[in-house]
Amino acid sequence: MTESARDRSGSSLRSGAGVAGAIGWIAPGVLWLLLFLGIPSVLLLALAFATRGSYGEILWTPTFHNFKKLAGFGIFGWSSDYLWITARTLWIALATTLACIMVAYPIALFVAARQPRWRSFWLLVLMIPFCTNLVVRTYGWQLVFSLVGKSAIYPGPLAVYIGMISSNLSFAVLPIYTSVERIDWSIAEAARDLYGSRWTVFRHGILPQTIPGLAVAAIITFIPCLGMFVVPDLLGGGRYLLLGNLIQQQFGPSRDFPFGAALSLTLIIATLIALRLYRRPAEEAGL
Amino acid sequence: MTRDEQLRISDISKSFGSTLVLDHVHASVERGEFITLLGPSGCGKTTLLRIIAGLERADEGTIVLDGADLLPLPANRRPLNMVFQNYALFPHLNVFDNVAFGLRIRRIAESEVMTRVRAVLDMIQLAPLAMRRTSQLSGGQKQRVALARALVNEPALLLLDEPMSALDAKLRAEVRVELRQLQRRLGKTFVLVTHDQDEAMTVSDRILVMNGGKIEQAGPPSEVYDHPSTRFVAEFLGAANLIDATRTENGVETCYGPLKLSRGPSWERGTLAIRPERIRVSAGEPAPNRLRLRARDVVYRGDHFDVFLEPGNLRMWCESSNALRAGDEVAIELPPEHLEVLRD
Repeated sequence: MTESARDRSGSSLRSGAGVAGAIGWIAPGVLWLLLFLGIPSVLLLALAFATRGSYGEILWTPTFHNFKKLAGFGIFGWSSDYLWITARTLWIALATTLACIMVAYPIALFVAARQPRWRSFWLLVLMIPFCTNLVVRTYGWQLVFSLVGKSAIYPGPLAVYIGMISSNLSFAVLPIYTSVERIDWSIAEAARDLYGSRWTVFRHGILPQTIPGLAVAAIITFIPCLGMFVVPDLLGGGRYLLLGNLIQQQFGPSRDFPFGAALSLTLIIATLIALRLYRRPAEEAGL
Repeated sequence: MTRDEQLRISDISKSFGSTLVLDHVHASVERGEFITLLGPSGCGKTTLLRIIAGLERADEGTIVLDGADLLPLPANRRPLNMVFQNYALFPHLNVFDNVAFGLRIRRIAESEVMTRVRAVLDMIQLAPLAMRRTSQLSGGQKQRVALARALVNEPALLLLDEPMSALDAKLRAEVRVELRQLQRRLGKTFVLVTHDQDEAMTVSDRILVMNGGKIEQAGPPSEVYDHPSTRFVAEFLGAANLIDATRTENGVETCYGPLKLSRGPSWERGTLAIRPERIRVSAGEPAPNRLRLRARDVVYRGDHFDVFLEPGNLRMWCESSNALRAGDEVAIELPPEHLEVLRD
């Protein structure tokens, strides 16, 4: 850019009307972020370092007590309970995500292989469960389990897994379907033409093209799973605690808001780390 | 020269739903021949190629390659390879791994893979780009990688599905010549599908002109061009004047009056064809098939003039305008040896 050109573009931005206009355009967005993300985040951060009073009130005395408690240092000495719950939360979120993707992939392929006019029908069928509230659906599972298996799986971890997978499956199907629908099938044919077995055709001709959809499916399954508390509560029979339940307890019966905030902060940080880890392969895949 | 038939296509038919795409097609390809399936979209040429490749199933008929029945083999066990229209390179592999794909799937020793891939990349002058991702290549480079990926397997037959349709016009003209030279050098049998008659004329030893699921005419480019046997072939390859005619005792009767032919037609009523460049402006001496017509339009086309004559809307090419202007009367000759008698 020449000097004069920079001057001209600069002066148009510096002029009063331009600045006012620009602020006018971004103000609603900034306000929204401030009100519903910025301020709550700051509050949460502050609360995580506050102290719980003897009656559950919040005392603004700075302390690391909440995080020590999470790490297991309680009144009765060290216990691994909270760390176990954190690990278990990460594990179940990961396992649910993997299971959802493995189940969703064939479903997406099935829908994409239908005639175009049938595809929307199948997608609708997949979406119908989401017109029902999660709590109602989970009670539905309770009913099914109590009718079928008796106490063999419900209440217990297996019931929680089934509930988690079923509640996230459609979220996983949609992005995978979007990828599968756009597959360039001639690449699969090329793999076949170059002596590929069925597995090779899938591995090199189909799978790489659906990585973007898989990545989106993974992230939008994993993150809600981290914070899930309704499903473990109703299907785990109170014996299967996750971080979500723990947080809910702090803001509910235990009335320990600072500890709840510390737990929430930990969950948010875990989510951000997961997103960060996911960024790198995503960038390599050219997303 | 003894005929060395490599591929025989017999009685192949194929329908998609109620649409008949291939209608009892017969064809034969010699070893080392560059053969082109030429036709408009929907004529069945791509379907025929895909049936040879094993990507589509024929409803009936047989295909024999090197003496063995080809159709029972699945696509991944046929000794032939294909170059796809949009190249279909593996997006997650670099150039080298794309080219090495077929060899590695067949578990060829890695040292041999290295040698063969390098040799092919050298041949198509892509060796410096071996480690590039395919998304970083130009259209012409992708096309060469696709070619290399197929040729490295030393297929008995190379199938090419409109390999140049995604290239721009100038590059296409260059690639055509390169493809022709490559085929000559390798001595391999190439089967190319295209709707571009220029491309077909440039590269082929023989052209199979397809229309409506049938092969209308098969022959070397010069034969198909100079002696078209049907109205479709005459009009699809280059420009042609079609003249309705009725047989008489010593020639035919047309809207231009009686015309002499070099050979008598087998029909009572039918069509003649003559190329615009074969119509001559009369030199004044008596000659057969002399007509006096009026130039309705003279259109400058750079290397020639298109002259439209009336009555009858004959189209003629002139090297120079010879001071011929719209409205002038002109004497022309339709040489009998260039008046082609069509089958239909």
